[in-house]
Amino acid sequence: MSGKEEILSEVTTKALHKERETVGSPFVENPRMTCREVNVYYGDKKAINNVNIDIARNEVIAMIGPSGCGKSTFLRCLNRMNDTIEGCRVTGDLRLDGMDIHDKNVDVVPLRARVGMVFQKPNPFPKSIFDNVAYGPKIHGLAQNKAELDEIVERSLKKAGLWDEVKDRLTQPGTGLSGGQQQRLCIARAIAVSPEVILMDEPCSALDPIATARIEELIAELRQHYSIVIVTHSMQQAARVSQRTAYFHLGDLIEVGMTDRVFTNPRHQLTEDYITGRFG
Amino acid sequence: MPVHHTFHNELEKLNQKLLTMVAMVEDRVRKAVTVIETHDEELVKSIIRSDYQIDDMEVEIEEDCLKIMALHQPVASDLRFLITVIKVNNEIERIGDMAVNIAKRVDVISQSTSVMKGAFDYSEMSEHVITMLKMSLDALVHRDAAMARQIFLIEDKVNTLRNQAYDAVVKMLSLYPEHPGCMINNYLLARHLERIADRATNIAEEVIYLVEGEIVRLR
Ligand SMILES: Nc1ncnc2c1ncn2[C@@H]1O[C@H](COP(=O)(O)OP(=O)(O)OP(=O)(O)O)[C@@H](O)[C@H]1O
Ligand SMILES: [Mg+2]
Repeated sequence: MSGKEEILSEVTTKALHKERETVGSPFVENPRMTCREVNVYYGDKKAINNVNIDIARNEVIAMIGPSGCGKSTFLRCLNRMNDTIEGCRVTGDLRLDGMDIHDKNVDVVPLRARVGMVFQKPNPFPKSIFDNVAYGPKIHGLAQNKAELDEIVERSLKKAGLWDEVKDRLTQPGTGLSGGQQQRLCIARAIAVSPEVILMDEPCSALDPIATARIEELIAELRQHYSIVIVTHSMQQAARVSQRTAYFHLGDLIEVGMTDRVFTNPRHQLTEDYITGRFG
Repeated sequence: MPVHHTFHNELEKLNQKLLTMVAMVEDRVRKAVTVIETHDEELVKSIIRSDYQIDDMEVEIEEDCLKIMALHQPVASDLRFLITVIKVNNEIERIGDMAVNIAKRVDVISQSTSVMKGAFDYSEMSEHVITMLKMSLDALVHRDAAMARQIFLIEDKVNTLRNQAYDAVVKMLSLYPEHPGCMINNYLLARHLERIADRATNIAEEVIYLVEGEIVRLR
């Protein structure tokens, strides 16, 4: 067929998807994490409905969607943080490097080191900058002696892009840092225990544009070593930092795709309506 | 996600401006193909004189697009719409220029003393070009990718007629070599008509991108 005939014979009306099945590419080759048939209930109320998705290695995946759609709830499934919430029940199969994270033999403390979390509001412990970062490696026994611990702290603060700003005041309280510095301190704290995945729930929503830009740059660097799952309300942030974007709607995973594609040509009507602000 | 009323109002205003410009250029091209046949002096002058309106409109639309991009950082269909407007805007302005060029050619031809100055019939080609332009603009207005695809079929006919015009002019030149300028200007009419058809095809490609998000190139 010539080019012309081919174009003419194409389906001429390409309607956007409207069903509630996930469209796009939720699965990847050689994933870091796999999530299959994940449902989450708060009491009788279902907050996450049959979600299937993989988290790739060395990817930043953004989770977007309207308030209350279940982004935070789903994020918390990935390191069993929902266990800590009264009345919350998770079903389905979640695996980290093939290991079932709900297996009876899995201890959640090391699991949460391997799948670390950074919260919306920077929450340093009321301790020194040094101790904030050293705490995790200490309880996980990652350092044999003080010299090793010093090294882990320095390396983590460097990776978090904070070292130069705090190296002369490591004994001062972490709570005395600026908001953006505190958030980088929390990232250093997550990094210190050698995670494989870092979960971030709106990590920049309390920060100004400059501090936000620093965190975003940091995210791009961290991707070389970790998988990062970031929940964000900022479309621009999702577009800037992630390689894939997942769109949630009322507990359903509606669409997953390469971020550049999702933001230029989404496949699902709900995604289109949400990212263009025509929602509801 | 807040609903951006201002943003969507801006897009709607831009759409209205584009429609105004679309109507303007269609009117110019219709007048241009009319004067090919009638050599109406007044109409020729008015086509040449009124070109600044389309030029001004093009600048205004482009500025609006840049402003909306910078202020609202549109995505998805909104982004595609703005990109389409920027590109189509440019095509429309050039089509306006072609209408002016046709008027200028007609002006030269009508002043010629050649006995053969009216020997060429561009009515069929004009008709196809008007159809292509109208379809591409209607496809744009109604976001109709199927209609946009139909345009590519007509384009071949226009190309064939352009080639025939060339042969006819070459033949005339050898038979009546005393007024080469008139003959060449007659051939240029065919070239200008063909260029309008090309640009209508470009608009059709943009419409397909707008509607389907796929970039297509037909040449
Ligand atoms: N602890 C809880 N107990 C009962 N229901 C809850 C609890 N946490 C969340 N929910 C409900 O589960 C649904 C998903 O909430 P979730 O916090 O995951 O949404 P979200 O997408 O993170 O929203 P936001 O963008 O506002 O942070 C909502 O309907 C919410 O009311
Ligand atoms: Mg949340």
